[in-house]
Amino acid sequence: MKIAVCIKRVPEMDGAFRIAASGLAVDETGLKWDISDFDGYAVEAALQLTEKAGAGEVTVISLGPVVVQETLRKALSMGCAKAVHLACDQVPVDPFAIATALAAELQGGGYDLVMFGKMSIDSANGAVGLMVAELLGLPMVHACSKLDIAGASGTARREVEGGGELVRFPLPAVVSIDEGIARPRYPSLKGIMAAKKKPLDSRPAQLGNVALSVVRMELPSARAAGRIIGEGAAAVPELVRLLQTEAKVL
Amino acid sequence: MSDVLVIAEARGGEPRKIALEALAVARPLADQLGGSVHVLLAGAPGVGAGAVTLGAHGADAVLVAEHPGLVNYDAESQAALVAGRVKSGAYRVVVFGASAQGRDLAPRTAARLRTTLASDVTSVTLDGDALVVTHPGYTGKVILTLRLSANPALVSVRPGAVQPKPVAKAGAVEQVALPVEPAASRVVTTETVLGDTRQLDLGEAPVIIAGGRGLKAAEHFALVEDLATAFGNAAVGATRAVTDEGWRPHSDQIGQTGRLVSPDLYVAVGISGAIQHLAGMRTSRCIVAINKDKEAPIFKVADYGIVGDVFEVVPALTAAVRTARG
Ligand SMILES: Cc1cc2nc3c(=O)[nH]c(=O)nc-3n(C[C@H](O)[C@H](O)[C@H](O)COP(=O)(O)OP(=O)(O)OC[C@H]3O[C@@H](n4cnc5c(N)ncnc54)[C@H](O)[C@@H]3O)c2cc1C
Repeated sequence: MKIAVCIKRVPEMDGAFRIAASGLAVDETGLKWDISDFDGYAVEAALQLTEKAGAGEVTVISLGPVVVQETLRKALSMGCAKAVHLACDQVPVDPFAIATALAAELQGGGYDLVMFGKMSIDSANGAVGLMVAELLGLPMVHACSKLDIAGASGTARREVEGGGELVRFPLPAVVSIDEGIARPRYPSLKGIMAAKKKPLDSRPAQLGNVALSVVRMELPSARAAGRIIGEGAAAVPELVRLLQTEAKVL
Repeated sequence: MSDVLVIAEARGGEPRKIALEALAVARPLADQLGGSVHVLLAGAPGVGAGAVTLGAHGADAVLVAEHPGLVNYDAESQAALVAGRVKSGAYRVVVFGASAQGRDLAPRTAARLRTTLASDVTSVTLDGDALVVTHPGYTGKVILTLRLSANPALVSVRPGAVQPKPVAKAGAVEQVALPVEPAASRVVTTETVLGDTRQLDLGEAPVIIAGGRGLKAAEHFALVEDLATAFGNAAVGATRAVTDEGWRPHSDQIGQTGRLVSPDLYVAVGISGAIQHLAGMRTSRCIVAINKDKEAPIFKVADYGIVGDVFEVVPALTAAVRTARG
């Protein structure tokens, strides 16, 4: 089974965010970077699928400036077999431009399964995986919280509002991964050493037209500091009064 | 090319709130463009009954695609239907709701049309030839303003970001039956696992009562459910600590890797307020926290806090809310 997983390098969200002087990006000073959350789940799920099958390999793909190679190396150290870097100066915010470049790389790659995280944690569009599936003409299951492959078909549970749907689909296919499948493993020392020798190819990204771009980035206005209105059940009447008269939500 | 198309969702014969919110975005755009608002309403036979409500919220025409094969959302046939409609119309803008269905459908439609999409937007304005949208990113820590120069331009609107706006004088809404033959989908749904269907969806409920590890065991979620029932218009949410324990299903999780919600009132019961949890709920209009640790970070974002034991405070609150609501 040949699996491709598309991953994105994003800042860790518990950092303190500032906006760069350009007003168009976050200031990268002091931020730590890692694989985007759902993409990490996708890598883990892919590794588990090949381990369970006892066969196959996982290729990781990332698009962006040369630093994304660090993120690809991390995925290699988790156990992926090879990596592809699609080089561009900056990751566009336009999901169709990204999908175009990824589809060009994936097309003809002979993958049985192409995996994505449900959305990236930075631009938070959740569109690229679905767009790639359409560009490749493959069936697509979005937001899978369970995934199984047997032979030439797969089954999944996908998360929808108020519940889930169990689905069956033929391979080759595209899936995106939601919370619930697996937490990404930590690379072992052995894995980190092995990753250094694994193939990492770099080629230019074929982005195509970019029709969505950032004109401004801002921090949201801070919430006004709240107040503790009291302790224990004795504070309940005052809370109810405030909800009725001040917040007007009751 | 000056019309605006809204892709509506209906439930039980009535349009969902998210469809009315999408209309509230579409109407002023169409007025500025000098065009009309069309709504595409697809579903089981009878779904067209929702056209009246859509007309009262600014639709000029409702394109009704009824078919027994459209009882449940099916991505491939729905994307083909929407893309086909956009191709044959004069649409400058297509507005989806960023519900679970819209988040699935909008990117597929965009790719079929070889155009792009601005997802999960909180506002849309016209600026010359382009749309300018705002969109929260970085788990809500950064607000992006984006320029969308594609034509047609597709956007999906974040639930709760705009209020539905009834039109002052709703004219007769034109109903157009769309011929539809659902495509055979390669992805086959074998079973639908519904949560508690009596419960409001987290994306639509004006009030959310969310429980954390402070509740200590699955059965104590009855406290949270009772409070939700007392409010009458509330859904139940949970933290990842809780869904990890299996006390609640993953679909109830709110946060960075869970649902993103913006209710009028969010009550955090025994929740510490980890940054990943705040990422999903910090845009709530009013936040109430109940926690026995007065240093818990949740108190930094809560409008009103009560320091106390949930087992004592929540039943008292439930009783008080019941009395208040008569
Ligand atoms: C990549 C990543 C993604 C994540 N995504 C999410 C996400 O989407 N959503 C999410 O929620 N978390 C997420 N988390 C987890 C998050 O970091 C926290 O671990 C989690 O939110 C904590 O849940 P909690 O507040 O229920 O539990 P705890 O942090 O254990 O807090 C329990 C609280 O209950 C209080 N308490 C205990 N007993 C009582 C009592 N009797 N009465 C009153 N108060 C009491 C305690 O004082 C404490 O403040 C994520 C973490 C990571 C690393």
